Amino acid sequence: MHVRKLLPALAAALVLVTAPARADINVGVTLSATGPAASLGIPEKNTFDLLPTAVAGQKINWIILDDGSDTTKAVTNTRKLISEDKVDVIVGSTITPNSLAMVDVVADAETPMISMAASARIVDPSNPKTRWVFKTPQNDALMADAIAVSMKANGVKTMAYIGFADAYGDGWLAEMKRSAQTAGIKVVAEEKYNRNDPSVTGQILKILSAKPDAILIGASGTPGATPQKELVARGYKGKVYQTHGIANPDFLRVVGKDGDGTLLPIGPMLVYEQLPDSNPLKKSAAEYITKYEAKYGKDSRSTFGGHAWDAYMLLAQAIPQALKKGAPGTKEFRAALRDALENTKELVASHGVYTMTPQDHNGLDNRARTMIKIDNGKWVLVK
Amino acid sequence: MDLQIFALLVQDGVTNGAVYALLALALVLVFAVTRVIWIPSGEIVAYGTLTLAGLQAGKSPGTVGLLAGMAVVAGSFEVYACLSRGEAHRMPRQLALWAGVPLAIAAASWWLATFELPFWAQILVTLALVTALGPLLYRIAYQPIAEASVLVLLIVSVGVHFALTGLGLWFFGAEGSRTPPFSAASFELHGVTVSVQSLLVVATSLALITALYLFFGRTLTGKALRATALNRTGARLVGISPDLAGALTFTLAALLCAFSGVLIGPITTVYYDSGFLVSLKGFVGAIIGGLVSYPLAAAGALFVGLIEAFASFWASGFKEVIVFTLIVPVLLWRSLTTTHHEEDE
Repeated sequence: MHVRKLLPALAAALVLVTAPARADINVGVTLSATGPAASLGIPEKNTFDLLPTAVAGQKINWIILDDGSDTTKAVTNTRKLISEDKVDVIVGSTITPNSLAMVDVVADAETPMISMAASARIVDPSNPKTRWVFKTPQNDALMADAIAVSMKANGVKTMAYIGFADAYGDGWLAEMKRSAQTAGIKVVAEEKYNRNDPSVTGQILKILSAKPDAILIGASGTPGATPQKELVARGYKGKVYQTHGIANPDFLRVVGKDGDGTLLPIGPMLVYEQLPDSNPLKKSAAEYITKYEAKYGKDSRSTFGGHAWDAYMLLAQAIPQALKKGAPGTKEFRAALRDALENTKELVASHGVYTMTPQDHNGLDNRARTMIKIDNGKWVLVK
Repeated sequence: MDLQIFALLVQDGVTNGAVYALLALALVLVFAVTRVIWIPSGEIVAYGTLTLAGLQAGKSPGTVGLLAGMAVVAGSFEVYACLSRGEAHRMPRQLALWAGVPLAIAAASWWLATFELPFWAQILVTLALVTALGPLLYRIAYQPIAEASVLVLLIVSVGVHFALTGLGLWFFGAEGSRTPPFSAASFELHGVTVSVQSLLVVATSLALITALYLFFGRTLTGKALRATALNRTGARLVGISPDLAGALTFTLAALLCAFSGVLIGPITTVYYDSGFLVSLKGFVGAIIGGLVSYPLAAAGALFVGLIEAFASFWASGFKEVIVFTLIVPVLLWRSLTTTHHEEDE
């Protein structure tokens, strides 16, 4: 047969094969698996590899893109996912600057988005565009309050801050200043450093000359160990606090015994074994962590993967409701999915219990945080 | 600021400056002989630390696979080069040199990594593995375009930098590593704690700088490299192979960088992408030396280290801005004081 005659037949066959009874649900994911935020993005990516490919009998396609921790790339990915892959919902990105930049894009396309970044600004209710945006991680404010409470209980009167010279560090500084003021603690020094800095001696000497009772390090992953080791080398005797950004096994490996006694607020999932049986999170966190560690090795857990899992949990309970109102791929389905996400009530996920309202698109409360301490290279729940 | 803080900052600055100085030397060396601005030098530093950390964790480091892969590529380049020039008889020798030696190093390291080696042996394995990457990088990325303009070579360098960073993430993961100190001891000097580790870093850097000075001043190979640096065509006319000179330069430069990596491992956490900033700071030092003078480059790098230490004390948020703004007055001063030579194209 002549090729030209064959082509229309082939095309027709293709259409028959690819057109299903009902379209699959396409979930577009953009995360920072490379670049500066890779240590956060990789466990998230690992978590997406664990997720089931069907919810309520409906097939789900997870389309995962890497934005390299780059804001422009995150926006490009989002546009591509919406216009080319016709996704029903966007999950991502890993970090705050990327997520903030994506808000406008998803709002214009009327596609719901679930961010895995920390800042409360991503879902700021005073911005009408955030109607379409949700986020799974605890707000920095929630964690900063926990630190202030712990500092007050330990009799801390003055504190100093050293953190990343980026959105993460600045966000934490702002929240901590507010929480400290409420608790009556004075911030006597604030310093910045970059995650790749070979040395922070200068900043630490400056901080020590202000003689603070406690020091908070606002960093994520192994770079958080750099100021901590310097503090120990300079013989600092006060309390050292870290943020939940450092909670992964690599931090423990790098900081070694210099990390002992460090306090940090965290989603309870990290130490789920130590939670009382009455805590509802114990079971739900165990479900996720058992799956994760079965595939990636013992003690490989990281709270960042939990944010991705929680995004899935939110979707898994919202999708069946949305399916009643429209078919995947349509505008109606996306709107119904958004409404269903906003109506989430008492959903027990890995990090906490989510109850969304039109004013609160994060939905976590005090149950989503606990203070832990590093003791002999292990995370220990502070009772 | 009291005297004690001042002394501690100077110590910090000098220690970091010593590492930048090694990189500045490597950059000047490579630029002088091959006209390549070797941006990926920083990646070699990071590979050095991360390879050593991998060996300490009892794992076979990813560098082994990288070296083997590059050896295969370089070997096939050589086979093609020999065949296209009709010099099939040279093939066994070239293959043994470009594929055999690196493959042997990779295999030996892979085998040695299964044992619990003493610390010094781990350092030797690291140096061998990482140094071997140098000439292979030259063979694969730079030798085929050795006659191209400085700009083209610079663009290739940027490409190599990105490739090595990506491979680093793949091999070593996103999180950083530290290696144990050579010595955890420290002593008091007029009320200031001086760590033996910092002294070791400075002493090793000084020793390497002296060794380089002797190599270039006293040995025939060193003199041949200098001749190539001064005049490539002339050197060729008197029988110095520019390809060999290039490969040798990259070996030396990679050795310097691998050494830096081993030295900074205990005093800082190194990440797969740490290298870029370190090499840029070495580059600022090298620029102060006009990319030709070794002593000036080393002094410049030391100056960068000191500026960085004091900037991080006074204005930590603007530290990098201050360090890199430094290059503007330096360039101004250099353009005013030196006569400009147009590059021969």
